[in-house]
Amino acid sequence: MKTQFLRISLLGAVVALLFTGCATHYDYTNYRAHPPRSILVLPPLNESTDVGGTYGYLTTVTKPIAELGYYVYPVAVVDSFYKENGMPTAGEMHQAPLDKIREIIGADAVLYVTLKQYGTVYKLITSSTSVTAKARLVDVRTGTLLWEGTVQAHENSGGTGNIIGDAIVAIGTQVVNKSTDHAHVVSHKANEQFAMQNSGFLFGPYNPKFGKD
Amino acid sequence: MRAGSLLILLLLLTACASPSIYSWGHYEGVLYATYKVSDKLPPERQVALMEEDFQKAHAQNQPLPPGWHAHLGFLYYKLGKPDQARQEFTTEKTQFPESVVFMDRLLVSLDKK
Repeated sequence: MKTQFLRISLLGAVVALLFTGCATHYDYTNYRAHPPRSILVLPPLNESTDVGGTYGYLTTVTKPIAELGYYVYPVAVVDSFYKENGMPTAGEMHQAPLDKIREIIGADAVLYVTLKQYGTVYKLITSSTSVTAKARLVDVRTGTLLWEGTVQAHENSGGTGNIIGDAIVAIGTQVVNKSTDHAHVVSHKANEQFAMQNSGFLFGPYNPKFGKD
Repeated sequence: MRAGSLLILLLLLTACASPSIYSWGHYEGVLYATYKVSDKLPPERQVALMEEDFQKAHAQNQPLPPGWHAHLGFLYYKLGKPDQARQEFTTEKTQFPESVVFMDRLLVSLDKK
């Protein structure tokens, strides 16, 4: 009897946790006033200690945003295009004026990301990987800030030194040495927060739930 | 009781996970390889993986994600196959009209080369 009570209250606690995870409510007034169809994701500014952060992160952001229902411009093609046109760094790309973005890419909104943390700290037998990215979604036509927030994820390895995260990019272990860029794996986890109900992005037109949130 | 609570938990958890809109295949891995491991996965291999993914998505009648055709076109271009690049950029435009401005720009620059 007592154990059953315990079990029920435990379940209650889990359910409560699940709900409070979604509790903070974002003010979507501007977002709803300028709902984008297409989002240009620029390579992030990198304020982390890992020089590889920009592209380790950039390559994980397309899927969550496309699955929310937006057209996401091909990140590597855009990056290469900007580089060929005299903007070799993320810093320069972030300075590009919005009217030029409208004219050259045709995007409705731009996602500006700044990496605050990207990397793994190794201790004696454990390691800890953190990714923290601040993001701003800006309407290209008016410059209005549609959304801003921080996505983040942390992961600690156990005592084996064998870092978790087998859900790495489908090309698998033969290609990506997970331990050298585990923050890339953790970025996937951080970016799931773009889809958080009531605090992340709204659904875009390619998602069946578009207009229902 | 235990089965009941498990079911509730499962329902709550799955409520948050929607089915995928697109067939992603190796796209994210290929993007990563563009910058990080191109020595282990050169553009030729990247293209082969994407072509494989195309067949699979086609067989399952699942759409490829935004930017997918544009990226494949970009790889074809890098491998000196402008005709195939042109075709992929055009497919991207058809599948996603949002891409027209950017794809037209890429098509123009292909023609100049």
